[in-house]
Amino acid sequence: MFVMPIMLVIVVTNIQNSTFQLVSKNKLPILVNNRDTGQSGKQLVSTINKIGMFKVLNIAGNQSEKQMSDAMHEQDAMLGVVIPSNFSVKVAAKAKSIADKALKSFGLEGDSVKQAGDVDPLTMYYNPVLQESLRLSVDGGMRSALQLVESRETLRSLYFSINEKPLPESLENEMLNNKTAINEIAVSKEGTRINPNATQHNVPAWTIFAMFFVIMSLGGSVVREKISGSFIRLKTLPTSYAVAILSKQIAYLGVTIIQAIVIFSIGVWLFPLMGLPALNLPSDMLALTVVTIVTGWCAVSYAICVGVFSETQEQVNGFGAISIVILSALGGLMVPSFAMQGFFKNAANFSPMHWSLEAYYTMFLENGKLKDILHNMAPLVIITLLLQFLTFVGLKRKNLI
Amino acid sequence: MAVNIPLAIDIENMGFRYPGNSELSFSKLNLKIAKNERFGLFGPNGAGKTTLISLMTGLLSADEGHIKLLGHEVGKQNNNAVNKLFGFVPQDFSFYQELSPVENLEFFGAWSGLGKPAIKKRTNELLHILGLEEVRDKPVQKFSGGMKRRVNLAIGVIHEPEILFLDEPTVGVDVQTRHAIIHYLLELNKNGTTLIYTSHQLSEAEGLCEQVALIDDGKIIAQDDLDQLLKDYKHDNLEQLFLNLTGKEYRNDV
Repeated sequence: MFVMPIMLVIVVTNIQNSTFQLVSKNKLPILVNNRDTGQSGKQLVSTINKIGMFKVLNIAGNQSEKQMSDAMHEQDAMLGVVIPSNFSVKVAAKAKSIADKALKSFGLEGDSVKQAGDVDPLTMYYNPVLQESLRLSVDGGMRSALQLVESRETLRSLYFSINEKPLPESLENEMLNNKTAINEIAVSKEGTRINPNATQHNVPAWTIFAMFFVIMSLGGSVVREKISGSFIRLKTLPTSYAVAILSKQIAYLGVTIIQAIVIFSIGVWLFPLMGLPALNLPSDMLALTVVTIVTGWCAVSYAICVGVFSETQEQVNGFGAISIVILSALGGLMVPSFAMQGFFKNAANFSPMHWSLEAYYTMFLENGKLKDILHNMAPLVIITLLLQFLTFVGLKRKNLI
Repeated sequence: MAVNIPLAIDIENMGFRYPGNSELSFSKLNLKIAKNERFGLFGPNGAGKTTLISLMTGLLSADEGHIKLLGHEVGKQNNNAVNKLFGFVPQDFSFYQELSPVENLEFFGAWSGLGKPAIKKRTNELLHILGLEEVRDKPVQKFSGGMKRRVNLAIGVIHEPEILFLDEPTVGVDVQTRHAIIHYLLELNKNGTTLIYTSHQLSEAEGLCEQVALIDDGKIIAQDDLDQLLKDYKHDNLEQLFLNLTGKEYRNDV
C-alpha cells in the first residue's frame, strides 16, 4: 500500500517530465530530404533548425516513401520531411506574383501580373506512435518556418520590384527577425508565481489514484471476512457488525492519509535528488488537509461499498482495479477534463477523483485557499455519503446488520 | 422433560423457509433444552442441523413461531444482549488466519464485551487448558487442523457463555485432540454451561450427550434421553438407532 503507489508516482512523473523535456530540451529528430537546389530550400532547412524544436538530420537524393520510412527507423527520427525539387522556383514565382499585385494595388507600374500556382506541398512523414497533440505542435512549427521563408521571398521580390536592387540583409533581418516577445505567466489565485511542471501536475493526481487503490486491500478484506467465516463469528458476538465496518473505515482512512503524506514528502525531498522538479506544497495546509481527508474518506467508502456487494475476491480485484482506472480516466488524471468533449465531460462530474483533482490543482497550481476548494468538496462529500448509504443498504439486504 | 425445569432453549411452533423457497424447511418445530444439559442434535446431511443452529444463534431469522435463549427472544431488537448469552463454535474455522491465537482471542474477546484484564486472564487460561501456550504468538495459518480446532473452540468460549453451540467441533482432528476437546467440554458443562452439540461422530456423541434429538428433513423424528431412546428402539448404540430412523440411502443435499 505504500511501495507501489510511491513507485507509480516516481515513474509517471519521470515519464511525463521526459515528455516535457522532449519538446523543450531534448529536440525531436527530423529527417530532411531537401530535393530543392535553390536558396529557399536551404533557408527552410535553416529555419527549421532555428525553431529549436528539431534536431535536423539531412538525407540526400530522391528518397521514396519506403526509403524515407526505413531511414527514419534507422536514425530514430520520429519525423521526416521532403522539400520538393521545385520549391525555390515555385516560392519565387509566387512571391513575384504577390509583389506585382501589391505594386499594382499601390498604383505603381510593374510587370504584368502573372497568376502563379501554389507552391507544391511539402511531404511530412511521421511515426504513428507520435501523439496527435505533439504532431499538431510540429505542424505549427513547420508552418511557421514555411511562412517565414515565403514572407522573406515576397519581401525580397517586392523590394526588388520597387528599388530594382536586392533587399539589404540588415533590413531583411530587421523586418523578419524582430519578433514581438510573448510573456507567459501562470495565473494563480493569490497573484504568486508558480511554475507548473511535471511534478506539480503528477504528484497530486497519482496520489489520488493511489488512495483509491485501497479498494484492493480494504474491499478484499471485507470479502475475505465474509468467505472465511470470521464474519459469522462477528455476527454472533454482542457487538454490531456495523462497528466492524466503521472501524475498518477509520483504520484505512489513516492509511490513505499516511499514503498522501509519504508521497508528498517524496515529491518535496526525494524528487530533487532524482533530477525532477521539487514539489511545491500549497501555502494553505488546512485546505490541503481537508481535501486529503475527504478524498481518503471517499476512497475508503468506495472500497467498503464494493466489498459489501462483492461475493468473491476475484470480483473485488477485477471490478475494483478496472473501476479505479475508469474513474481516474473520467476524472482527468490521464487527459485533462477541459480537453474532454460531450458525454465524457459531463461524466467527469460523477467521478470522485475529478473533484479531488480539481481541488488539488487549485491548491498546487493556483495556490488556492480553503474557500476556493469548497465548491469541489461539496460534490465529493455528497458522493461519499451516497456510497455510505449504498453500503448500509447492502449490509441490510444481506442481513449483515 | 419435567415441568418447571429452567430452559436454556425454548423453540415453539417455529417455521422457516429459505429465501426464494415457497416451502417451509421447518414447520411447527418444537424443541426444549434444559439448562445445564448436554444435548446432541444429529441427522443426515441436509437434515437441517446447521440451519437449526443458525436459527438458534440468530444468524437466520425464523419466519414463524419463536426461539428463546434463557427467556430472551432471538432475532428481535436485543440481539446484542442475546449474543452475550451464548458462544458459537462453527464447523468452519472462524478466526483470522494471519493472527496468532493470542491476537485472535484478544480481538474476539473485545468484541464479546470483555475488558482487557478479563481478556488477558481468559486468554492465558484457555491457552493453557487447550495446550496452545507454546504457539501462542505464532500465526494460526501455520497450525495443524487439530490446533486450529482448539483455537476455534477457545474463541467460542472466551466470554464464558451460558450456552455453547458446537457444530462438528472435532472434524478432522486426531484422537488426542478429540479427547482433549471432549474432556474440556465436560468440564464446561460441570461448571454450568449448556452444550448443544452436533456431529457425525456418533460414538463420540454417545460419550458426551445426555439428551439427543434426531432430525431429518426439517423434522425432529426422535427426541429423548439417549439411554431411553436406545431402550425404546431396542438398539445397542446411537449409530444403529440413527440408521434405523433415517435409512441407509445416500443423501444428496443440493
